[in-house]
Amino acid sequence: MLDRRDFVRHLLIDRGDLLVVSGLGSATYDVAAAGDHPLNFYLWGAMGGTAMIGLGLALAQPDRRVAVLTGDGDMLMGIGSLATIGVKQPKNLAIVVLDNAHYGETGMQPSHTKSGIDLPAAALACRFKHAGAVSRIEQATEVRALLHEAEGPILVSARIKEDDVPRVLPLRDGHAIKQRFIAAVAALSAAR
Amino acid sequence: MGWRTLARDAIFANLLDRIAIGAALHTPTPRETSWPDAIFRHFRRVGIRQVGYVPDAGHSRLIALCQADPDIADAVLTTEEEGVGLVAGAALGGQRAALLMQSSGVGNCINMFSLLRNCGFAGVIFVTMRGEFGEFNQWQVPMGSITGDVLRLAGFLTYRIDNADDVDEIVGAGCDMAFDGNLQVAFLLSQRLIGRKQWTR
Repeated sequence: MLDRRDFVRHLLIDRGDLLVVSGLGSATYDVAAAGDHPLNFYLWGAMGGTAMIGLGLALAQPDRRVAVLTGDGDMLMGIGSLATIGVKQPKNLAIVVLDNAHYGETGMQPSHTKSGIDLPAAALACRFKHAGAVSRIEQATEVRALLHEAEGPILVSARIKEDDVPRVLPLRDGHAIKQRFIAAVAALSAAR
Repeated sequence: MGWRTLARDAIFANLLDRIAIGAALHTPTPRETSWPDAIFRHFRRVGIRQVGYVPDAGHSRLIALCQADPDIADAVLTTEEEGVGLVAGAALGGQRAALLMQSSGVGNCINMFSLLRNCGFAGVIFVTMRGEFGEFNQWQVPMGSITGDVLRLAGFLTYRIDNADDVDEIVGAGCDMAFDGNLQVAFLLSQRLIGRKQWTR
């Protein structure tokens, strides 16, 4: 089982122009803990919508890589979006589900993945190009390579420990997070 | 499975009666092809690049126009709330997006709408109304009768359009307000405008 903070930090090392969307709750705290960045779009709500934000972004920026990092609860709530993403086949979109099989924000009630509901299998059924599960920190390098180089859509279920880790709270003002992200993307395009 | 067959036969018998009535009442008019074209012209004008939709008879022509446009990425959704995320993601990547849905779909979106309002994402939603005029299926009435109120409560400027001649002006003004001011705007395309659902098949 993975330490969530260690794993996310490894994924985001030398991230370059990687565009990151983080799902509400612990995924947002994990991404913030790896280092605040203007190309992070932190969600604090809109549960179930993280993967679709990734799709809209991936379609709008086809020459850049988009990584969605979110929890199992958020992915389960938006499980239909796997089918929608499967239809569009975005080559530049990867989803990493930080899967502790529990709803951490609400008191660690078991999620559907605790009962064996298999998100990578669902992703493969939805015509994702790569999907699988990882549980050892040595695999972080391999997952990072997928985020930067492999043909999407991609879904990785990262089996993380159930530990409750300290919250790391990034920007919470939605307008500020959005404007900063849009300005950073525009600056990338201008720098070309 | 015997009970299921029986129930289905009863429904079909009722449906066939209503199909005959509906076909007799329904007379297609030229306006049914013109209003989607008027909306589409504004999509081109304001630079809509992504369109999310759940398949819908009332929106069929507009959907077809979007699908045929190489500058527009169309995304067929499993549920309308996915489209709210799509709009936000498109905006983060510098693109404008629009959503097409039926009034029932508005109900599926309510919590997700907070994403638009909380971050100030421009949103334009085109809602084909059901359950309000000449509705054959009363199951459409509970949501159709509260759609406008729900949208207003969720923070949308809401424009109802009853006449095809008004589509161009209202959609133009509404799209400009949405994209110039990062506002959420909904257009309710009334059941009188779109015509009754054709129960001919």
